[in-house]
Amino acid sequence: MHEMAVAQSILTTISAEAEKQNAKPVIARISCGKLYAINAEALGFAFEAIAKGTTCEGTKLVVEHKPIRGQCRNCGEIFEFELTSPACPKCGSEDFGLLPDEPLILEDIEFLTE
Amino acid sequence: MHKVSIGRKILSANEEYALQNSQFLNERKKLCLNMISSPGSGKTTILTRTINELKGEIKIGVIEGDIQTDLDAGRIRATEAPVVQINTEGACHLSAVQVSGALEKLPIGVLDLIFIENVGNLVCPSAFELGEAGKIVVLSVAEGDDKPVKYPAIFAKSKALLINKIDLLEAVGQVDFCLERAKADARKLNKDIEIFPVSAKTGEGMTDWYDWLKGKVNNLR
Ligand SMILES: Nc1nc2c(ncn2[C@@H]2O[C@H](COP(=O)(O)OP(=O)(O)OP(=O)(O)O)[C@@H](O)[C@H]2O)c(=O)[nH]1
Ligand SMILES: [Mg+2]
Ligand SMILES: [Zn+2]
Repeated sequence: MHEMAVAQSILTTISAEAEKQNAKPVIARISCGKLYAINAEALGFAFEAIAKGTTCEGTKLVVEHKPIRGQCRNCGEIFEFELTSPACPKCGSEDFGLLPDEPLILEDIEFLTE
Repeated sequence: MHKVSIGRKILSANEEYALQNSQFLNERKKLCLNMISSPGSGKTTILTRTINELKGEIKIGVIEGDIQTDLDAGRIRATEAPVVQINTEGACHLSAVQVSGALEKLPIGVLDLIFIENVGNLVCPSAFELGEAGKIVVLSVAEGDDKPVKYPAIFAKSKALLINKIDLLEAVGQVDFCLERAKADARKLNKDIEIFPVSAKTGEGMTDWYDWLKGKVNNLR
């Protein structure tokens, strides 16, 4: 259950931001690549557990998975990789590389306004 | 409510340690490979055979990751290669901080190549960089040829794929394991992946794997 380790990093980052804003975080949006092996439910569960008693208690985590992207070696097109049709949608070439997976990003936080 | 845009990368503690490990290894020109597979695909058997057959050519050290026990470390020790065992106490993957500690315990100066045998698991270890130069994924024919499609992340991220236990191909049958299908699916995910069909038991196919390893080690020398 590696989501616990990830949840810890997220908690640290959101808490620091909440302190800066001096406000209570309500919803935090996280994004990461599909290859990141993060299960949204498990992450939410882990986050909830470690957020107890902190400023993030009750903060809702929304996880968005970014698609896997490929880049064509024939025409340079960058496209969303589909396992079912692994070819460049522009020129049809099957010679492409997968781009590195998107990292874990804290996109935005909605704070409670006093 | 008011929304604040952040758009910042969350650098996990793991990534920071991975970066340190990678610097440590690069400064010393040591090749480090992170071996990942389901439980029982043959990681330890591949390692012991590789160590024995490359003796005198490449000095190999091993970091063994297991949830519990040091059985695999014992098998490596029998080859006389230096080995450090890490027990993850339940965790499904090795983390960079554990590897950092293990690297300090290896006689790094005399080694050319450090293998990390990750915890048997095809999913979680793929998301945790350890500071290695590359990942090696092992798939055994007994597991079925649909694994690249079902677990794409590790195949997309690996430098090489060892398809192990090819001595069992006939027993398993074409229907359950089609070598060509497994290769084609892995290449769809990763055009650059090197694929070595091997039997760590009989030694079949291992020479190509050794040549690839020697090439990588010689590049650093
Ligand atoms: N027939 C056959 N059996 C093999 C081969 N390679 C390994 N085995 C057997 O498969 C079993 C598991 O091998 P291990 O090397 O322990 O596998 P592992 O991936 O290290 O396993 P964990 O560390 O538990 O994840 C053992 O009984 C090996 O003898 C092979 O090429 N052919
Ligand atoms: Mg093993
Ligand atoms: Zn194209």
